[in-house]
Amino acid sequence: MKVHEYQAKKIFKEYGIPVPEGDVASTPEEVRDIAERIGKKIVVKAQIHAGGRGKGGGVKTADSPQDAKKVAEEILGMNLVTHQTGPEGKKVKKVLVEEALDIEKELYLGIAIDRSKDQEQPVIMASEAGGVEIEEVASKTPEKIIKVGANPIGSFSGFQGRKISYGLGLDKSVASKAGKIIENLYKIFMEKDASLVEINPLLLTKDGDLLALDAKVNFDDDGLYRHPEIRELRDLDEEEPLEVDAANADVNYIKLDGNVGCMVNGAGLAMATMDLIKLAGGEPANFLDVGGGASAERIEKAFRILTSDKDVQAILVNIFGGILRCDRVASGVIEAASKMNLTLPMVVRLQGTNVAEGRKLLEESPLKFEVAEGLFEAAEKVVALVKKVAKEG
Amino acid sequence: MSILLNEESRIVIQGITGGEGSFHTRESLEFGSKVVAGVTPGKGGVDFDGLPVYNRVIDAVLKEGANASGIYVPASFAPDAILEALEAGIKLIVCMTEGIPALEMVKVKKALKGTGSYLIGPNCPGITTPGVGKIGFMPNFIHKKGNVGVISRSGTLTYEVINQLTLLEVGQSTSVGIGGDPIIGSTFLDILKLFADDPETNLVAIIGEIGGNAEEEAAEFVKEKMTKPVVGFIAGQTAPPGKRMGHAGAIISGGKGTAAEKMRTWEEAGIAVVENPADIGTKVVSILNG
Repeated sequence: MKVHEYQAKKIFKEYGIPVPEGDVASTPEEVRDIAERIGKKIVVKAQIHAGGRGKGGGVKTADSPQDAKKVAEEILGMNLVTHQTGPEGKKVKKVLVEEALDIEKELYLGIAIDRSKDQEQPVIMASEAGGVEIEEVASKTPEKIIKVGANPIGSFSGFQGRKISYGLGLDKSVASKAGKIIENLYKIFMEKDASLVEINPLLLTKDGDLLALDAKVNFDDDGLYRHPEIRELRDLDEEEPLEVDAANADVNYIKLDGNVGCMVNGAGLAMATMDLIKLAGGEPANFLDVGGGASAERIEKAFRILTSDKDVQAILVNIFGGILRCDRVASGVIEAASKMNLTLPMVVRLQGTNVAEGRKLLEESPLKFEVAEGLFEAAEKVVALVKKVAKEG
Repeated sequence: MSILLNEESRIVIQGITGGEGSFHTRESLEFGSKVVAGVTPGKGGVDFDGLPVYNRVIDAVLKEGANASGIYVPASFAPDAILEALEAGIKLIVCMTEGIPALEMVKVKKALKGTGSYLIGPNCPGITTPGVGKIGFMPNFIHKKGNVGVISRSGTLTYEVINQLTLLEVGQSTSVGIGGDPIIGSTFLDILKLFADDPETNLVAIIGEIGGNAEEEAAEFVKEKMTKPVVGFIAGQTAPPGKRMGHAGAIISGGKGTAAEKMRTWEEAGIAVVENPADIGTKVVSILNG
């Protein structure tokens, strides 16, 4: 789960990590008031869950409260397009108003779980090359990244902070401040079940202070059950509405750009089904895993989500019945399709437990399905259907 | 022999009295698995289909000689259940539970180091050795005894592959679903090493997916040490970056962990990579018939 910069900075504050003075606002008037309170040059930053906000015009400075109000009028409500939002962009509903600071140097600090076999633990990463994406630094100048593994059994040790702060070439007085920030950032990571915490840039001011100029915290979805305070930070406006509906129905769904809708049981098979559609010359409209239970009710919900995507022109149902019996799936599909008056062409491929009974039910049903036996045959059939729809226009 | 699960395995089911635990224990018994006991804290002393239920794993070890465990307990209790099995000296621990926080698994993984025990999972369908038994919930009917080892990060896609093999009259030595989480017990590499040394395995089919670098680590071993043929498929060739594709570990982050990259690495290591998952079975057959 992602949160906004202003929410991440609030957590930083709670953990004693210095952040610029500021506050969040949702109207130009609030922005003006905050700017007045700060009483100097300020920055207005669009709050959306995507990077690259500055380049997209979502971050602007202002010299006076009046100026701040004007800038806020431009940013609030705008459709901000960055390299991470996709061409449709994200509507800006909130801005963070902060004091503008003099920059001596921009550093990078981040923590994530490193999955490689020599680590398999949180790794603290730092770089003197802050302000740019760390992936870019990693590919162009990997020598500029310092990494320190942190074993969560046992507490944070001072040397871990020193290894980084002196590695960054910081002066003694700044190094001890950096060590404290690293330790607190690690605490957030561990105590909140984060999957990523990032300060980019970590600002070194001309006076030798360190502040988190930006803040990013992602949380492990599997850890949310024990953090009600984090769950409350979720901003549903930032998520694809269909994906929210799906999550509420216990269905794993991700919207894609194609026109072949698919419904599959199991995440691996669902990914493989998307790949098959592509190999057959089509484009998948979604990833959809109905899960293990896949009751008639769940199948109906999945169909509703799938068909709410107006781009979908044909559907492929691909089920491998294990514990889940194919005849049960077949009656679920028939029931849902007739109840919803589903008119989209559909290919159903069943394999596994009670497959013969399942196929028979489909063939005898008044609804029109094409039945496929083979995995690739199913993909080819559904792609042919889509092409036929396109031709008939 | 086969790997991990063999004639000597005596299985204890942790969470045997729960809905999932009881259902899959019965399926597993039907498959011929040697389940010797169950454990549910607080329910010690009850009887489950003639099997004794204990409060503690150590009791199942001391009284029934349990040396393998299957875990079906909720995510908030599962890390503790794994550690309990480990401490009781269980050598094969298979955890089916989905949704364990990654940081909990980091701690479990540290505890596993140096113990000699194998953890399979979490968030996995388990392990099956046809003719011997299974721990987990792979469907019984798909398997056939034979000489192909299967390793996969997924569930139903694994069944699909095993079923393809069985329909082509190609049996399996052992099939292992290693799980879809970012931090798991045994990796591709760990299981590949076992198959490399197993006289009953002639070929290994590995099913990877996007995210992480377990596929790349396996490739290094295949390139340098593996003498048996390996057939591979990577799911998620069309997956968008930055999205968690069902499995917590199936995510392309920072441009890393794409299917294209993994397929290339596997090919360079000498793995016979198929682009189309429907071709896995036939590819295996064509290599076996050499």
